[in-house]
Amino acid sequence: MTNPTARYLPAGLPIPVAEPDGLSAPYWEGLRKGKLLVQRCSHCNAWQFGPEWLCHRCHAFDPAWTEVQPCGRIFSWERVWHPSHAALKGHGPYIAVLVELPHAGGIRMVGNLLGDPAQKVTIGADVEGVFEHHPESNPPYALLQWRRRQVSSK
Amino acid sequence: MTARARDERTLRGRVAVIGIGETEYYRHGASPDPEFKLALKAILAACEDAGLDPRDIDGFSSYSDDRSEASRLAAALGTHRLRTATMQWGGGGGGCCAAVANAAAAIVAGLADCVVVFRSLAQGQYGRFGQAAGIHTVSGERSYLMPYGVLAPPQRFAMRVQRYMHEHGVRQDAMCAIALASYHHAQANPRAVMYGRPLDPGKYDASRWIVEPFHLYDCCMENDGAAALVLVSAERASDFRRKPAYLLGAAFGSGHRAAATAHNAPLYATASFDTVAPDVYRMAEIGPSDVGVVQAYENFTGGVVMALAEHGFFRPEDANDFLTFENLIAPSGRLPLNTSGGNLAECYMHGFELVLEAVRQVRGTSTSQARRSDVAMVIGGPMVSPASNLILGSEATL
Repeated sequence: MTNPTARYLPAGLPIPVAEPDGLSAPYWEGLRKGKLLVQRCSHCNAWQFGPEWLCHRCHAFDPAWTEVQPCGRIFSWERVWHPSHAALKGHGPYIAVLVELPHAGGIRMVGNLLGDPAQKVTIGADVEGVFEHHPESNPPYALLQWRRRQVSSK
Repeated sequence: MTARARDERTLRGRVAVIGIGETEYYRHGASPDPEFKLALKAILAACEDAGLDPRDIDGFSSYSDDRSEASRLAAALGTHRLRTATMQWGGGGGGCCAAVANAAAAIVAGLADCVVVFRSLAQGQYGRFGQAAGIHTVSGERSYLMPYGVLAPPQRFAMRVQRYMHEHGVRQDAMCAIALASYHHAQANPRAVMYGRPLDPGKYDASRWIVEPFHLYDCCMENDGAAALVLVSAERASDFRRKPAYLLGAAFGSGHRAAATAHNAPLYATASFDTVAPDVYRMAEIGPSDVGVVQAYENFTGGVVMALAEHGFFRPEDANDFLTFENLIAPSGRLPLNTSGGNLAECYMHGFELVLEAVRQVRGTSTSQARRSDVAMVIGGPMVSPASNLILGSEATL
């Protein structure tokens, strides 16, 4: 799912990039291609996010990257009112959610919940990922956002 | 000392706080003095309190990227010799008790004799914690958070508290009670930045949201100032002018993968004391019912709820019943909490003001003295890793 134009938060927030050592480069490159890639150890099958140089469970180095479906459920959330960055002055409130991916070992990731910032948020609600592309940015990047999933469409 | 005692790996009863001191506490950016000068003032005040020649200090201990270098302090104070210089890794205010433990361990191990533990902050000089700096790109853990507007500490911790409230049915009233108790105690404490500025439930409810579930009054202040204490071995404790406060127990750390990025700690809805609380009780050889008064680090009130539950003062599902204003105030609440006003209302000295207040409680010199104050606990830095805690006691508790 891709929306080529919309951005949830105003421009000017820090741009995500991989570390100089490249640890998270596959993740960020994946998002730009509309794919969610996370680490899964090819030795013991443990899932891991964010990326590490070794598997936390069996200590094999360089866990493999694998594509997973960007869908999950809300594990926790917050509605932010106070701007902590110049780009957010006069903007808000906005919602950040912590999404759990049960089909990927329960790894969690933070994103924004698209839609009305005043909406009621329910822990446990199903959400699906939306790739938010920023090709005009320097450097270009993409984010993974979330929206409520309609059960009937699945 | 018997062979058995020598082999026993504990800090219990082996070191004592003999002096405490602090500067005036200022609103953030309002200190007329730079940070290093504030540190010197607090250290000299602690030495004066103890009746100790500052030149006899032979070690320094602080935490969380402290900028006042031990060697520079030793040179400025003219200490005869420097024998230990430790700084606790990471964790923000999670190091406020660990810094004391590191100093105590150095003394017990024979590395030093007289160690100052300190913290000084001048945010006018070095910038505020609560604002995201003007950076263009981010990588590492912050790259999974900041582009989504999860930038400053309140935003990083609110989701953890929200999950805890969801799992255990904790209501906003429980967090409000913590803020009310802190402000109540600050009204008796002339050192407190919020002295003369009381808080009531209506004012709490009407205050703006910073990030749900945190109102303005659920969030710690940011301040300038410095605080210090002096530790010596228990054998020397009676050589000084004040009643000593003995270290009964100290612990720090965090549980399995507590620092897994980003928000992937297996045990997420926790203050990080799941493993640390049992350790401190084991060393102190007491349980929660023996603790008479608690100073609990409040980056945010929600973290206090979690930290107190993890230290066994109540079960999480009983938080709403336990955390009431009446239960949390000195002298005779069930668990007098943050009796100087703490990070919310006395001064945000990165939690170190809480350690000084625990010493005052054991001495009997708090402005809000708890009826049961022979055993005083400090809990540092809920929700960070590593977190830390300590228990102080009077001579009678040894």
